[in-house]
Amino acid sequence: MNRTWEAAARAACAALFLAAGGALAQERTAVEEIERYRQALADGNPAELWEARGEALWKQKAGPKNASLEKCDLGLGPGVVKGAYAELPRYFADSGKVEDLESRLVTCRMTLQGLTAAEAKKDPFGGSGKKVVNDALVAFITAESRGHVMNVKTDHPKEAEAFEIGKTIFFHRGGPYDFACATCHAVDNIRIRLQDLPNLTKKADAQRAYTSWPAYRVSQGEVRTFQWRLEDCFRQQRFPHLEFTSEASVALTLFLAKNANGAPFNAPAIKR
Amino acid sequence: MADPMKIRASMSGDKVEVKVLMSHDMETGTRKNSKGETIPAHFIQHVTASHNGKVVLSAQWGPAVSKNPFLSFKFAGGKPGDKVSITWTDNKGDKRTDEATIS
Repeated sequence: MNRTWEAAARAACAALFLAAGGALAQERTAVEEIERYRQALADGNPAELWEARGEALWKQKAGPKNASLEKCDLGLGPGVVKGAYAELPRYFADSGKVEDLESRLVTCRMTLQGLTAAEAKKDPFGGSGKKVVNDALVAFITAESRGHVMNVKTDHPKEAEAFEIGKTIFFHRGGPYDFACATCHAVDNIRIRLQDLPNLTKKADAQRAYTSWPAYRVSQGEVRTFQWRLEDCFRQQRFPHLEFTSEASVALTLFLAKNANGAPFNAPAIKR
Repeated sequence: MADPMKIRASMSGDKVEVKVLMSHDMETGTRKNSKGETIPAHFIQHVTASHNGKVVLSAQWGPAVSKNPFLSFKFAGGKPGDKVSITWTDNKGDKRTDEATIS
């Protein structure tokens, strides 16, 4: 009798265990699996190779003026890199413009190194067999802000204006698809292919998204900057081409960056 | 000339854990460019790791290894301050050696 009970109890336990196991497997959604994949890769993020190359480029003399970028003012004073990205974009009195990191680098390469605007803006994004300056510098500078809390301000009228322009662009519907950024990024649980899209009107999502760019894209084998991210979003919406470091791109960046305020910056990250 | 590797070597219990990032295109030789021409194969074939001059790892690699490869391994017998050096050779004869100190 005792033995039968014991066996029955054991069988019941086993059944419970199996049921729990089944539920667990179901709960592990595609989203979580992608997260696990990212974590597995994070240990050997090849973005570190870009960071090392960027640091060398930052210190290397180049251009007609044969100067390095070490005196470039990223907002915290000439040559201060640590924590600078957590406060960008911002207004710069010397150029009279609101600038994000990439437009600021264009400005510095023109003023310090003597490049023309066309030269400084040429080939900002790397590709197969093509190594460029911009993405390496961005990887180096953003890595120096890892752990710094996002703190983008709109105190200056130009910054406040850029925020409003960025917000307008985010919600503006247009193009052959009648799309806006908000079409995909203001709704919960929307996906493109396998990828979950952040709802950027929610604080937590906005923070998580912004603080994980730039990122090494495994599928492309490249570090992708925020300007690249926006340009590709525009392409996916079939919008007119977003010009590199244009006023519109900087305004949209400032809008998204300010919405991430309060979160620690955590990039260059790694993405599928 | 290839970009430098990024090598981290640290003690993990009584073993040394080495993590290496290599900058390499790792072209398989089967991909085509936008003009439809085959991109020539270009990949790392041999990797060796030495500890104070003694080989602790020797590997043969092929085109199945990803672009910008990451290699992680452990070996016994190292101590903080020792040197670990990594060398790769690719199918075009390019070679790169970098060194790190165990921390």
